[in-house]
Amino acid sequence: MEFFLNRYRNLTVLLVAIVAQLVLLAYQVKSNGEVRLIRVWAVSAVTPLARVIEAGRSGTVHFIRDYFVLLHVREENQRLKADLDRIKMDKQYLQAELSTADRAKSLAIFQQQSPSKTIAAHVIGNTTGVGAKVVIVDRGTGSGVQKGMAVITPDGIVGKVTAAYPTASFVLLITDPSFAAGVISQKNHVHGTLKGQGYSTVIVDYVQNEQKVEPGEQFFTSGDDRIFPKGLPVGEATVVREGKSYKEIFVTPSGLQNGLEEVLIVTEGVHMAIPEARPTSQPVHLQEPPPAEPADSSAKDSSTTDAAPAQAPAQPSTQPGPLTTDADRLVDQYRKIGEAEKHVYGQSAGGAPNFNINLNPRPADAAPGPQGAPASPTVQSPGPPAAQNPASPAWRSPAAKNPAGKRP
Amino acid sequence: MSDLGANFRADFSESPLLKKGVSKYHIAAIIGIPLAAILFQVYVPRFLERLSYLELPLLVTVYFSLMRRSPVVGVLFGAGIGLAQDSLSHNPLGMFGIVKTLVGYFAASMSQRFDVQNAGVRLVLGFFFCFFHQFFYWVLGRALLGEALDLDLETTLLVAVLNALVAVPLFHILDRLKVTD
Repeated sequence: MEFFLNRYRNLTVLLVAIVAQLVLLAYQVKSNGEVRLIRVWAVSAVTPLARVIEAGRSGTVHFIRDYFVLLHVREENQRLKADLDRIKMDKQYLQAELSTADRAKSLAIFQQQSPSKTIAAHVIGNTTGVGAKVVIVDRGTGSGVQKGMAVITPDGIVGKVTAAYPTASFVLLITDPSFAAGVISQKNHVHGTLKGQGYSTVIVDYVQNEQKVEPGEQFFTSGDDRIFPKGLPVGEATVVREGKSYKEIFVTPSGLQNGLEEVLIVTEGVHMAIPEARPTSQPVHLQEPPPAEPADSSAKDSSTTDAAPAQAPAQPSTQPGPLTTDADRLVDQYRKIGEAEKHVYGQSAGGAPNFNINLNPRPADAAPGPQGAPASPTVQSPGPPAAQNPASPAWRSPAAKNPAGKRP
Repeated sequence: MSDLGANFRADFSESPLLKKGVSKYHIAAIIGIPLAAILFQVYVPRFLERLSYLELPLLVTVYFSLMRRSPVVGVLFGAGIGLAQDSLSHNPLGMFGIVKTLVGYFAASMSQRFDVQNAGVRLVLGFFFCFFHQFFYWVLGRALLGEALDLDLETTLLVAVLNALVAVPLFHILDRLKVTD
C-alpha cells in the first residue's frame, strides 16, 4: 500500500482532492443545503476588502465631481433623483389603488395602508464565475435581510436574495438563466413565467400560442411566486412571436435600465393591483353636447300652459352629460328603471325593481292611455330638459302621444 | 507511510532534485495574488462588464502550477482557489474546485515536459487550460448538477484566446515577484 502511494503519489493526491470535492458536491445536492461555514469565511474575507475599495473609489470620484466640477448641481441632482424615485413609487401605488376602487375608497385605503416596507442597499460587487448575473449588496442578516426577499428599484424588479450573510447578501438578477418569477401582462392579463437568459433581455415562457400578447405590452409581477408582491413593474415586451408550443416573448427589464447601484430590498411586501392599460387606439374627437335650452324660452313657446316651466326647474335632468362608457350607460339604465318602477335604491322595501321592464316600448305595444289624459304635445313636451328626462310624464306614458293607440 | 510524508514535505521544501527550474515566491505573494485575482473578478466587472470574461483566478492557478512544477502543489493551489471562487458564487461548493484542481494538476504535469518560461508555450498553455476549464465546467454542470447550460463554442474559443493573450503579459509581471536565492 505504501509502495503504491509512493509510486502514484501525485495521482493519489489528485484523486483524494477530487473525491473530497465530489462528496462535498453530492452532500449539497442531496440535502439541498449549503456548506455555510466556508461561504461565510469567504464572504467575510472578501466583502470588507471590496467595501474598502468601493469606498475609496466612490470617495475619490465624488470628491473630484463635487469639489471641482459640479458642486451644487450634483447635490441638487441627487436630491431631485431621490424625490423622483419616491414620487414614482407613490405614483405606482396610487395608480394601482385608483384603478381598483373609486377615488374616495382608494384614498381611504391609501391612508390606512402603506406600500411595501423596503430597505436601501448598495451594490458593492459581482459574484465570481463567467457570465454570472449575481451581485453582492452591502446589507445582510444584520439589517433584517433574509434569503428569498425581493429586490427592486423604483423602475421595476431587479432580482431576489439567494443568500444572506451577516454583512452582505447575494442577489440573483432577473437576467440570470436560473432566475424565474411569475408575471402577468397588463392589457390581456396573460400569466407567464419570467426567465433570464444571461444577457440584457429576459423571456416570458409558458404562454400558449393562443393567448394574446402584444408588442409593447407591459408586464407586472403576478405574486404567484410568493417572492415578489403583485403589481410591481417588470418590463415591456419588445418581441412577441409564436413558438413551437409556447409564445416567444422577449421583455426588456425596466428595473435594470438605469444601471444598478442602489436597490431596495422588500422586507414586507404589499400586493397591488395591475394598473389599467392605456387605450392603444387613437382618440376620437367628440363634439360638445348641445346646450340645453333655458326653461324661460320653453315657457314662452308653450303659451298654452304654465305648468311645464314650473315643472322644469323642479325636475332637473339627472343626465349630466354625454354617456361615455358602458358603465355610465348601465348606471343610466338602472336609474331609468328605478324611476319607472318608483324604486329608490337602498331605501325602498321589497327588494330590487323589475330589471326586465321594457323602457322603450313601441307605441303599438304600449297600453292605450287613459281617455282623458292630456294629449297635447305642447303640454307633454315642455322643452328639451323634460324631453330628455325619461322620468317626465311624456316618457312615462308614450301612448299619450298617440292616444288612439294607432301605429304612426 | 513515513516515506509518503517525507515526499510531501519534499514538495514544499523543494528538495534539490526538484529545485531545478522551480520558482520560489514570498508567502504574501502566494496568498495575496490569488486573493487579488478573486477580488478583481468580484469587483471590476461592475464597471467594465466585458472584463467578466477574464478568468484571472484560473490564470493565477495555471501560473503557480507551472512555476512550482509539482502536481501536488498544483492540486492544492487549484482546489484552494477554486473553492474560494465557489464560495463567492451561487453554485454549490466544488464546481470550480474540481475543475481548477484538474487544471492545477495538468499544468504542473506539463511544466515538467515543456519550457514554461517561453512566451509562446505560455500562450498555448493559457489557451488550452482556459478552454479546458470552460469545457469541463460545462460537463460538470450538466453531469453533476443537471443544469441545462449552453456551450457556445465560438464564444468559448474567443474567451480562451483573450485569456491566453492576457496570460502572457500577466505571467511576465508575476515573474518579477519571484524570490531569488
